Amino acid sequence: MNKKARKRAIRENLSSYAFLTPWLLGFFLLTLYPMLYSLYLSFTEFNILQPPKWIGLRNYFIMFIGNEQFPRDERFLNSLSVTFRFVFISVPLKLAFALAVAMLMNQRLKLIPFYRTLYYIPTLLGGSVAIAVLWRRLFAGDGVLNTILRSAFNLNPPAWISNPKYALYTLILLSVWQFGSPMIIFLAGLKQIPKEYYEASSVDGAGKIRQFFAITLPSLSPIIFFNQVMQMISAFQSFTQAYIVSGGQGGPLDSTMFYSLYLYLKGFGFSEMGYASAMAWVLLIIIAVLTALAFKVSGSLVSYGSGE
Amino acid sequence: MKNRTARLISAGISNVIIIVLGLGMLYPVVWLIAASFKESNTIFTDPALIPKAFTLQNYVQGWKGIGIVGFGTFFKNSFIICGLCVIANVIFCSLTAYAFARLRFAGRKFWFAVMMLTLMLPTHVTTIPRYIIFRSLGWIDTFLPLVVPKFFATDAFFIFLLVQFIRSLPKELDESALIDGCGKFGIYIRIVMPLTMPALITTVLFTFLWTWDDFFNQLLYLNSPAKYTVPMGLRLFLDSSGMSSWGPMFAMSVLSLVPCFILFFSLQKYFVQGITTTGIKG
Repeated sequence: MNKKARKRAIRENLSSYAFLTPWLLGFFLLTLYPMLYSLYLSFTEFNILQPPKWIGLRNYFIMFIGNEQFPRDERFLNSLSVTFRFVFISVPLKLAFALAVAMLMNQRLKLIPFYRTLYYIPTLLGGSVAIAVLWRRLFAGDGVLNTILRSAFNLNPPAWISNPKYALYTLILLSVWQFGSPMIIFLAGLKQIPKEYYEASSVDGAGKIRQFFAITLPSLSPIIFFNQVMQMISAFQSFTQAYIVSGGQGGPLDSTMFYSLYLYLKGFGFSEMGYASAMAWVLLIIIAVLTALAFKVSGSLVSYGSGE
Repeated sequence: MKNRTARLISAGISNVIIIVLGLGMLYPVVWLIAASFKESNTIFTDPALIPKAFTLQNYVQGWKGIGIVGFGTFFKNSFIICGLCVIANVIFCSLTAYAFARLRFAGRKFWFAVMMLTLMLPTHVTTIPRYIIFRSLGWIDTFLPLVVPKFFATDAFFIFLLVQFIRSLPKELDESALIDGCGKFGIYIRIVMPLTMPALITTVLFTFLWTWDDFFNQLLYLNSPAKYTVPMGLRLFLDSSGMSSWGPMFAMSVLSLVPCFILFFSLQKYFVQGITTTGIKG
């Protein structure tokens, strides 16, 4: 009897694993093995034509320390700083905008479905090459924005895209512009906050601002937190917009040299695939550390309510 | 009564702010559409949204593309790639999600955690080895590297979305089907699949959109213009034509956005659903 039961359990397991097989194969062949392989490559010099040559930690040494024989890669450090600035300016701004607009919409307005659609359009289109091309024309020296600024306000504005001081901010603007999906998520979250909370607190004499910090923000904190993490992870990997707006070179003066763009140029432009693999692993570690840190901080800041 | 008036006024003000802000946000897109119908030499001198002289010349000229390859080819290629990815994701992500959400097996929690971790993995860690693998298989300059991974359910996002959705379905239906002699696969095909339709439509939508815009991988694997997709075609156009042909460039840009618009407006409901289920329950 016992034997029979065990046999059935094994059969049950096997038939379940049959459903999981495609994913398992994909995980081992297309994720785990490539991950380990790129970890190995990160300790080598490799140009795809010759076999990889083991060089120990040199790739990582060149990135962060450097000496006379192997000078430090300043372009790498610059790309790191550009990407950090991009992530830590664009993500909070995007979420703040999303929350502000969601709160504006969180009333009994008849046109909400229409507004939601309207505000989602930039997110729908923003990731495309077409919009990146448009951005390049909007903020060019003789672009649309400057034509308007010159004729209507009689100003003499700079060429945003080709000025290293401003180029990154045009990309940040492009990213913030796409605040549609966090906005929809926040709107759904706001609708779930019980009305009684607000009513009770106004009876107690709490103003709008106090209500925002005492009710709205704490109630939404898990959602805000989750969005913050996901947006951050994807912002670190931004590629298309920087590639198109800068003409594939991260210019002017490397001011839009995003991490993934530099990785692409190193790996596939200069064929330094060992170095590019090391860069990929540094990115993985950065994202892992920041995510872990976010979860840790959230433990004290994010309230998940008592009912759950 | 007083309260009611106050609320009406506040709603009125909100409406106005939302509309003005919304129109401001959409100005670039509207400008792009207008520019695509303007004559090439007036595009930048005419900031008005309604073209003075309406022309379709940009579309005619843009469609021809560069050299021998036109945008007809680029659109065809994009549609083939997107179509295959959509089919693969719908079948294999839902199969995987069904296993995670409904089946019992040893190691389920472990594999689910692994799957969730891959959701956060930056793609760059696998980019170079995958390139090397696909190159050794002779797949460079074919659609295979863009499509084949989807047949192995590598898009963890959709697995997660579908798991969330399947978990919310009542279990009693599966149980009664089990009593009626339905196997696991039968339950999946006859009960879970039809009930999961809204989430599957969301999967179709986002797979299409993200594949359509997946410039990085297309740039990596497609080398010859005959294999180019729409985004690659736009880039080729940008690089080779320079300042002279912004009109055709804009016209093709607008055209490249049309499939996204059509999908979005015909299936809006599922967009909102997809965004909120994955965003909130995460």
